[in-house]
Amino acid sequence: MSESSRPVAAAATRPPDPYAADDLQLLDPRKVGMACFLCSEAAFFTTLLVAYGLYVGQDTIGPTPAEALSLPLVSINTLLLLSSSGTIAWALKARQDARRKSCCIYLGITILLGALFLVGTSIEWRGLIYDQGLTLGRNLFGSTFFTLVGFHAIHVGIGLILLMIVMILEARELLAPDSVAPELVGWYWHFVDGVWLVVFGVVYVLGR
Amino acid sequence: MASGTHNGTELHAPGPFPWQGWLTTVDHKRIGVMYLIASCVFMALGGLEALLMRLQLWQPNLNLVSAGTFNQLFTMHGTTMIFFVVMPIQAGMANYLVPLMIGARDVAFPRLNAFGFWMFLFGGALLYFSYIGAMGLYGSGSAPDIGWYAYAPLTSPAFSRGNSTDYWLLSTLLAGVGSVSFGVNLIATIVTMRAPGMRLRAMPLFVWMMLVTSGLILFAFPPFTAAEIMILFDRHLGSHFFDTQAGAHGLLWQHLFWFFGHPEVYILALPAFGMISEIIPVFSRKVIFGYSSMVAATVGIGFISMSVWAHHMFTVGMTSTLDLFFSGATFLVAVPTGIKMFNWIATLYGGKLQLTVPMLFALGFLTLFLVGGLTGVMLAVVPMDWQLSDSYFLIGHFHFVAFGGILFAIMAAYYYWYPKMTGRILGRRLGLWHFWLQFIGFNLTFVPMHFSGILGMPRRVYTYQADAGLEIWNQISTVGAIITGIGLLCFVCNLIVSFRYGRIAGDDPWNAWTLEWATTSPPPSYNFEQIPSVNSRRPLWDLKHPTDPDWLHE
Repeated sequence: MSESSRPVAAAATRPPDPYAADDLQLLDPRKVGMACFLCSEAAFFTTLLVAYGLYVGQDTIGPTPAEALSLPLVSINTLLLLSSSGTIAWALKARQDARRKSCCIYLGITILLGALFLVGTSIEWRGLIYDQGLTLGRNLFGSTFFTLVGFHAIHVGIGLILLMIVMILEARELLAPDSVAPELVGWYWHFVDGVWLVVFGVVYVLGR
Repeated sequence: MASGTHNGTELHAPGPFPWQGWLTTVDHKRIGVMYLIASCVFMALGGLEALLMRLQLWQPNLNLVSAGTFNQLFTMHGTTMIFFVVMPIQAGMANYLVPLMIGARDVAFPRLNAFGFWMFLFGGALLYFSYIGAMGLYGSGSAPDIGWYAYAPLTSPAFSRGNSTDYWLLSTLLAGVGSVSFGVNLIATIVTMRAPGMRLRAMPLFVWMMLVTSGLILFAFPPFTAAEIMILFDRHLGSHFFDTQAGAHGLLWQHLFWFFGHPEVYILALPAFGMISEIIPVFSRKVIFGYSSMVAATVGIGFISMSVWAHHMFTVGMTSTLDLFFSGATFLVAVPTGIKMFNWIATLYGGKLQLTVPMLFALGFLTLFLVGGLTGVMLAVVPMDWQLSDSYFLIGHFHFVAFGGILFAIMAAYYYWYPKMTGRILGRRLGLWHFWLQFIGFNLTFVPMHFSGILGMPRRVYTYQADAGLEIWNQISTVGAIITGIGLLCFVCNLIVSFRYGRIAGDDPWNAWTLEWATTSPPPSYNFEQIPSVNSRRPLWDLKHPTDPDWLHE
């Protein structure tokens, strides 16, 4: 278009309607931010998983995953974490219906299940370290396994802290009814849960 | 916004120090300016390192610096320029401009924004603290000397004693965390906080390219962080991620690093493309040619850039299938990049060109980036790469992209948006000196590298053989580097002098069309008294020409 103005157009009184609104702009920036953050987390865990998958079976010394890992304990652990995804969904549902007490109870159960998962992990690690002699410095399996599962456990721990904060705030009625914090913590928790499912699949099912 | 202030630009935070307002700020414009100022300091350091290397290479077998010092110099130069110069400049420009361009009052998460800046700054400080603090227990090494991509097993405890490598790892890790927080913040801002009426297809191209850049940051930086954590574990906890004796592959590091490192090139380049896409139309007095294809090409580059990383690794002996795939994917990048090139040229075509200093730098970008792109296509040919990889040809190529391309675009951006940031225009006379010195100096420095590279001069070696025909090319390069340095000094002088004595800019010195020119220069802390509403890609054109608005034609 040239710099010089054109003659007045008859229709130039009102901008076109399509420019009035945009669905994306109605999104909550905090939700978009959390979604982006979880994407970057996914890229982080994928890298650790790739390293694990690449090095499975490359070890020069034992123990191997088949020798060291036991399924029963980790299956219980997986069940604990999976059900915690359900309880947090109930907690958020209760919050939506303004049932503060049951929301807090479900959050408490979620925290309990997450904490039990960490207890299970520490029992597993104790066995690996003392009975199997598997440490970070033992072999490639030890290096990749403890890094991958360890970072996941750290994320579970951070999730527990966040859940506790939300629960305390909610119990003391300090959280605004329209606060998105519980929902975002819920997203994070589901994400950590999802990562565990992939870790379980790669490490305990495919990799053994 | 602080209530009761008469003027939004001068907010005085309560506190004992005059700088407290800056130290504690969460304002996107102040954070942007701090990014830019910090990057200038790092650019001076990185430039000084480059100059020292060029002086060392003036003659064969010169001993101006030792071989070990030379290793530190190229490591620090590369790391500084990538992580602590170009990254923060792009982050600073985006911080300053994106909220203004989309008609927002700030970014989505102002405190996260400040966090990102301080992570970058502390990362940079940590890198340079290694000169003093990295001696470690062994008394060996000071600055890191592992090259900017730190190949395993150079970084293993056996080959890299002392703590210099740890400083490199931690500083880039911190800067990476800052970058991810920046990316998260920017996506949330762009997606949800645009002014009413500004649909995605009406966003300024700079904002589009920052959106894609932020997406790349989200997926490229975390793998790098993970890989760095692996090295740190290897170095301090005895793990074996890159220990070949335990059955590991050193190649894993190369893959992980370049999976970050190649998108990183586009993380640096896409904002530059965005700046050029804003500047060329304004000084051609035309709308950008092919807006939609420009956006499509940007998204295309974003996707393709995630799948070309191993073209940095043709010489390590991958299978021919992998070579073929990555070579083909690399050729593919030339398509969207070519679309952009033609769009810019078509925008120039038939326009009323105004050869202002920013426009000169934009034209310099077009020519130099074209050369860098073409040598890039040459290097994508696997046999060619086998011959030229790790030679000075490669150094010439990527400086044509990173310096001739990206830094020229950044200079154009400085001259174009400085009036908005300070209220004064950068002086034209010093600007012309700066442009011509940098343009001539740049070509003198980097064109000869293509020749010395083809003649067989390897990169990263502190000297070269006499009587191999390399002296003349190296001496031209060194002269060019000094001229470039003088040009950059002119730039710094211009920044300082014009801040005090430059011509008053007014709100809209270039008669431009995007929203940042609708507010005062510099903008008040709340940016816009009234959030503007947008009906087209050039909202200011619509304001200035109510009888012939853009939305009639889009």
